[in-house]
Amino acid sequence: MGMRTPFAIISGKGSIKGGTTHFWHQRLSALANIPLTLFLVWLVARLAGANRSEMIEVISNPLIAGVIVLAIIGIFWHMALGMQVVIEDYVHSEGMKIFLIIFNNFFAFAIGALSIVAVLMLGFGG
Amino acid sequence: MSQPERTQSSRSKSERSKSERPLSPHLEIYRFSLTMALSILHRITGVGLYLGTALLAFWLIGAAMGPTQLDLVYLIMGNWFGQLIMLGFTWALFQHMLGGIKHFIWDVGAGLEPDQRKVLSWFTIIGGVILTALTWTFFVWI
Repeated sequence: MGMRTPFAIISGKGSIKGGTTHFWHQRLSALANIPLTLFLVWLVARLAGANRSEMIEVISNPLIAGVIVLAIIGIFWHMALGMQVVIEDYVHSEGMKIFLIIFNNFFAFAIGALSIVAVLMLGFGG
Repeated sequence: MSQPERTQSSRSKSERSKSERPLSPHLEIYRFSLTMALSILHRITGVGLYLGTALLAFWLIGAAMGPTQLDLVYLIMGNWFGQLIMLGFTWALFQHMLGGIKHFIWDVGAGLEPDQRKVLSWFTIIGGVILTALTWTFFVWI
């Protein structure tokens, strides 16, 4: 989603990268994560130590499974955006910076995808 | 196009040299302030949560794989050290969440006066500890 005005683009002002879009997505995911992580805190507290069939019983509710998947998407999106800022602030070698940003995105997507698949498996009854 | 820009930049430069404020202070000579400390804490808790979220994935994936794998997760996380990590994770989450809400307030231009900044900052510190204590009291210890 482009946040730059046409005037800013033709007059060549501002970053040629996606700074504002990054900022906007960071806030968007942050806002979504407030209710989603509060829900997740409740879920983890309720299910910590539960055995597999107890977990399946709760997660097989489509509303609960759906909100967990949403929470995972919101969290891993926000994580990738936040860690990218940390990398850009502290890693000044261009090659290393790009390598770490790629690794950061791969890590967030991989862990996020695995978590979603796990939730769906439990949601469908293991 | 460059003419008015140059006069403006030269004027602001002379104004700056007249003022007695320190120019571009280095990281080491910054005066300690609460908002600064919380800014650093916000970033540290963010990185901590990044790493800690792998534990959530670990738990879900373990449960999806089977009872043996789930037991292994509980073996690793169920001891006092694992619980200590979970307690720290809970606190980091609430501290980061309240810090984020503070940033939302600042983003709309509110709460930026010196006293308001201080109140908001203390609100995040106290709120983070209270929410962590409440969560563990009601969900874990009772």
